[in-house]
Amino acid sequence: MTHTVLVTGVSRHVGARLASVLAADPDISRVIGVDTVPPPSLTRDGGISLGRTEFVRVDLRSPDIAQVIAAADIDTVVHMSLVSAPSRSAGRAVMKEHNVIGTMQLLGACQRSTTVRRVVVRSTTAVYGSSPRDPAVFTEDLESHEGPSHGYAKDAVEVEGYVRGFARRRPDMAVSLLRFANFMGPGVDSPLTRYFTQPVLPTVFGFDPRLQFVHEDDAVEVLRRMATEDHPGTFNVAGAGVLLLSQCARRAGRPTLPLFSPAFRLLGDSARRAGLVDYSPEQVRLMSYGRVVDCSRLEAELGWKPKFTTGAAYDDFLLSRGLHPLGGVRH
Amino acid sequence: MTVPDDEARVIPISAAPSFEEPEPLAKLLAFIRRRITGDYEVDEFGYDAELTDKVLLELIRPLYHRWFRVETVDLKNVPDEGGALVVANHSGTLPVDALMMQVALHDEAERPLRLLGADLVYQLPMLAHLSRKTGHTLACREDADRLLRKGELVGVFPEGFKGVGKPFSERYKLQRFGRGGFVASAIRAGVPILPTAIVGAEEIYPKIGDLPSLARLLGLPYLPITPLFPLLGPLGLVPLPSKWMIQFGEPIRTDEYDASDADDPVLVFNLTDHVREVIQQLLNELRLRRGPAFPPFF
Repeated sequence: MTHTVLVTGVSRHVGARLASVLAADPDISRVIGVDTVPPPSLTRDGGISLGRTEFVRVDLRSPDIAQVIAAADIDTVVHMSLVSAPSRSAGRAVMKEHNVIGTMQLLGACQRSTTVRRVVVRSTTAVYGSSPRDPAVFTEDLESHEGPSHGYAKDAVEVEGYVRGFARRRPDMAVSLLRFANFMGPGVDSPLTRYFTQPVLPTVFGFDPRLQFVHEDDAVEVLRRMATEDHPGTFNVAGAGVLLLSQCARRAGRPTLPLFSPAFRLLGDSARRAGLVDYSPEQVRLMSYGRVVDCSRLEAELGWKPKFTTGAAYDDFLLSRGLHPLGGVRH
Repeated sequence: MTVPDDEARVIPISAAPSFEEPEPLAKLLAFIRRRITGDYEVDEFGYDAELTDKVLLELIRPLYHRWFRVETVDLKNVPDEGGALVVANHSGTLPVDALMMQVALHDEAERPLRLLGADLVYQLPMLAHLSRKTGHTLACREDADRLLRKGELVGVFPEGFKGVGKPFSERYKLQRFGRGGFVASAIRAGVPILPTAIVGAEEIYPKIGDLPSLARLLGLPYLPITPLFPLLGPLGLVPLPSKWMIQFGEPIRTDEYDASDADDPVLVFNLTDHVREVIQQLLNELRLRRGPAFPPFF
C-alpha cells in the first residue's frame, strides 16, 4: 500500500526527526512537511536532514492547509505543530491562535478529505494539570480536579476537545492522541531544557516535584509507529520512573535557589519580560506539585516500551550539554 | 563470548572468600556521594526508600524507642509480603501516631508503610515533599488501588481530622469512619484488612481547647490548646512522654468478595462497621493492658 504522510511542525526538532525517519521508510511513498517557518538550515542551527520530505510553508491558521491535503492524496496526518511557549515577538495571543485555530483548520480539512484515514495528534501530559488534590499517577481516563487554566496546557485541553469531536464525527478514521511528557535529549530545546542549563536553578520553597521525561528517540519511535499502524485512542507517553527536581539539580551539579512561590512567580515573570526564559504560570504549579503519568496502555497497545527511562533520558541530555554532578561523572 | 544458560549463575559478591563487609565510614561516604550526585531512585509516588530509612526514620527512632517506649503486639498478623490495608485509630492532635506506626512496621516487620494522607498535607510547603519522600500519598481511590495492586502495605486512618483533633475528654472513642472508601479499595484489590490499635498517642498533646477562628484564618482544620501550648510557646510542642503500645489484630479477609462488591454500599458499610468495632474492641483491651499512661506515676 502506498502511503502519503503529512507532518505538521517539521521546523521543530521532534517534528523534523519524525519526517526524516518517515522519509527513510521505503513503504512510504511521500512525506510532506508543513510549518509556518522554514526548517533551520542544516549547517547553521543544527537542523536535521529531512531526506526526501517535501516542505510546504503553510500558516496553519489559514484554510491553505485544506488545499495541501486535497492536492496530494494524503492518507496519514501527523499533527505535531503545538507551540509550547509564546515566542518573544508574537506573544501569547498568536500562540493560542496557532495552536487552537490551526488544529481546527487541519481537522476541518481532514474531515472533508476522502483520502485521509489516519490522524495522529501530539498533545501533552500538561492537560492533567498539577495539583495537590489529584492522584499521584494519572491514567488516560482520569480528569484533574483543577484543570489547567493558562497557556499551552489550556490550548492542549481545547485541542483535545476538537480531536475527540473529530473522532466522533469520523468513526471510520483511526485517531490517535498522544500525551507526551516533557521531551528530553541532546537535540531538545524547550523551556525546561533551558531551565536546567541555567547556572542556578530557582525552585519553589518547600516543594520537590516529581518530573517525568520522554527521550526524543522514543518520542520519534512512538510517532513513527502511530503514523504507520492503526492505534486509535489516547495514550500517555513517558519514560519509566520519575526524577525529583532536587535530583535533577544534583545530577546537573547545579545549586538550587529556593524561593517562596510569590517570589518564584515574580522572578519568572520578570525573566520572561527580559527575554531570558520562557515562563508561564502553570510552570509554578508543575514546579510545586509535579506530575506523573501511567504508560501501561501505550505499552500494551504497542507491545513496546520506551528505551530510555526518565533518568536515562535526563542523563543523556546532561551528557550532551556537558553537565555533570559535583565531583565528576556518576558511575 | 556466550555462556550456556545452565552455566550462568549469579554469585553474590559477598560469597567471595576475599569479600569483607565495607567499613561503616566507607558506607557513609558512598551514601553521601549517592545523595550529592543524585544517583538514587524514587518510586512513582516519590518514595525515597534510602532517605527514609537512613535519615528521616533515623531522626524519629529515638522518639520511638526512648521517649514513647513503643511496644508492638501480635506482629505475626502482619503479612510478610503482598498487599494489605492497615486500618488504625488516629489521635494525638499532631499525627505522630502515623510516624510511630511506620517505624514499627518498617523496623520490626520489615515492611515499608505507604500511608494515605489528607490533601492539606500536599498543599503545605516542606510537609508536601517530606510526606511523599517517606512513602505517603494522597488519600484517594486511585492511589490506594494502585499501591495495593503493586502489593504494598497501605495504611489509613479513616477517622481523619475528626480522630486526630478530638478533645482529650473523648480519648479512645473511635470517631465516624467516613464513607468506607478504604474498605472498597481492599475489596477491589482482594487484600486483607489489618485492624490496628494504637494506645498512647491520645496523651501526648491533651487537647483541652480549640481556637476555631484563628484556625480558620490559617486554613487549618483546628488549632489546639493543650496544657503546655500555646502557654509555653514552642516548648509546648514537646510531646508528653506517654507509654505506647501498638497491636495488630487478626487480618479480615476480603478475597471471598467479588471486585464488583466494592460498589455495593450496604456491603461496604457493614464491613466498615465491622472493622470499626474490631478496632474499638482491640483499643479497649490494649488500653487496660498498658495500664497508666505515664508509669509509674499515673
